[in-house]
Amino acid sequence: MTEDRHRTFSGIDLAPVYDAEDLAGFDPARDLGAPGAFPMTRGVYPTMYRDKLWTMRQFAGFGSPAQTNARYRYLLEHGQTGLSVAFDLPTLMGRDSDDPFSRGEVGRCGVAVDSAADMDALFDAIPLGGVTTSMTINGPAPILFAFYLAAAERQGVAWRDLGGTLQTDIFKEYIAQKEWLFPPRPHLRLIGDLMAFCAAEVPRFHPISVSGYHIREAGSTAVQELAFTLADGLAYVELGMRRGLEVDAFAPRLSFFFNAHIDLFEEIAKYRAARRIWARWLRDRYGATDERSWRLRFHAQTAGCSLTAEQPDNNVVRTTVEALAAVLGGAQSLHTNSLDEVLALPTDRAVRIALRTQQVIAYETGVPDVIDPLGGSYLVESLTDRVEAEAEALIAELEAMGDGSVLDGVLAGVETGFQQARIADAAFEEQRRFDAGELVRVGVTRFVDDDALPLDLLEIPITTETAKVADVVAHRSTRDPAAADAALDGLEVAARAPDVNLIEPLISCARAGCTEGEIVRRLQGVFGTFDEIVRL
Amino acid sequence: MVVAKPGLDGHDRGAKVVARALRDAGFEVIYTGLWQTPEQIAETAVQEDADAVGLSCHSGAHLTLFPEVVAALRARGADDVVLFGGGIIFGDDVGALEADGFERLFPPGTPLDEITGWLRTRLDGRAA
Repeated sequence: MTEDRHRTFSGIDLAPVYDAEDLAGFDPARDLGAPGAFPMTRGVYPTMYRDKLWTMRQFAGFGSPAQTNARYRYLLEHGQTGLSVAFDLPTLMGRDSDDPFSRGEVGRCGVAVDSAADMDALFDAIPLGGVTTSMTINGPAPILFAFYLAAAERQGVAWRDLGGTLQTDIFKEYIAQKEWLFPPRPHLRLIGDLMAFCAAEVPRFHPISVSGYHIREAGSTAVQELAFTLADGLAYVELGMRRGLEVDAFAPRLSFFFNAHIDLFEEIAKYRAARRIWARWLRDRYGATDERSWRLRFHAQTAGCSLTAEQPDNNVVRTTVEALAAVLGGAQSLHTNSLDEVLALPTDRAVRIALRTQQVIAYETGVPDVIDPLGGSYLVESLTDRVEAEAEALIAELEAMGDGSVLDGVLAGVETGFQQARIADAAFEEQRRFDAGELVRVGVTRFVDDDALPLDLLEIPITTETAKVADVVAHRSTRDPAAADAALDGLEVAARAPDVNLIEPLISCARAGCTEGEIVRRLQGVFGTFDEIVRL
Repeated sequence: MVVAKPGLDGHDRGAKVVARALRDAGFEVIYTGLWQTPEQIAETAVQEDADAVGLSCHSGAHLTLFPEVVAALRARGADDVVLFGGGIIFGDDVGALEADGFERLFPPGTPLDEITGWLRTRLDGRAA
């Protein structure tokens, strides 16, 4: 073992021990404050988990809307407190189930949703006024949200009573997840439309969850995850302000989504630094005076990329440590990965273990009883300062690229592949450290077994795809064709006018039974598509 | 050689890391970028006169997409291209793809030297 290993997973050097000298200049009143007070380092609420535990929100979706509906009811019966929709790849990419490009993908990584009728089936017998729903949908977020609003309408639920979160964050698509439909600027128009519409009509919904999870899964360091995500968030603040919205009118509805990776203390420092950076920028840079605007609230998901196909039972242990990092870091909601997720979508049994992991932390360990329990730790405060300083430096780089505007800097970065290249460098360096033995994966790079026990995996039969293809074809033949065409024409006219909010025309398309693919093709006819610049 | 991402899957971390490792190991590497149809991948391989084609898929669609790339290559008379792959591909799927002509399917976490070393040995003796 070399001295080199005494670095965090992201490569930050660690001393053998931390003491008072490491906190020279540390001012608890300035750097920590009380929980729920500026700069929010200790947590965004005065009482944190004493008043309300985090939301246990397991991401789920596969096969047809009816199959996923059954899984949701199962999770709600077992004590889950919110829903989180995983859509399949064609839905995420704006393609219908019968699109040639969808072959082999329908219902495989999530649930296949082609129209508002599928949204009705997805939430059948789940009153939408009584749950909060998170939807991991990005490029087509405004379209799927229109389907959701139409489904709520048909359930008789008022839009004002709907609560939940749309991921929407398009910057991280260009940076990491690679699921976009249009060039960046039309996407930003749609996001601005969504922010304005939600502020007026669906005030309990969070229109954007600014997401670092995928940036980290793509191979970034913890600092890059933090800096690129916060820069994206600051860019959306500038977008809203450019649209003429008051910062305090929409900033409280922005939320965040971070990875919970395996390096316990680095992750805790990351969450604490995130809150402090956000609070300072919102108050001091953008002039937000409402404390709710300063609060960085976040969902966390344990790190899929830390899991191993080899000896998959060990993944329960990894997920437990990662979930603990999220809780010690003050997460507002949490998804714990299932032990088999590196191999396939999870079975009911594996999902239950993952949920029980959160419940053990919540109800047995005592961890939630004290707010920010590691506050004041020499190590954790030093790491928080270090991660914050490095992230601020990277945000400053982006800001300089935008001549003083974070929005313009982030846009310039995604259009030229800046963030993508930094992440690819980090991913390559991480693999090099594993290959050199400097980083270890138990069961893969050391402590290897030959007698692996087979797991029972969830299989998505190809018949799921053929049935869904037939379903969308039947859907198109049973709706009123004139109404569908008129709605699509209305959408296209609105899209060509630069100042029209597109959410209402999208809702008209949803009500008329238009499919996602039809809507996206119309919009691409106006907005075009986008090819990224790849730097190896 | 050509490293390619067939279908809609955007998980390009592995493909890019492997492409860079192959380039650093001295191979001439074309990385196709995302969202390639099987026909596009075969066309690139033929135009570049590739000795090997590596496919990466993390979305579960490999049993649909990988054999289509093989068929598209054969339709263009490219019968001697060495085929390999990687991604979330385990168990019975490995055998099925091997039967289709994929010589190696590398799981996540494979040391980069293992991939570059295998290709060097496998392609040894071919004209440069």
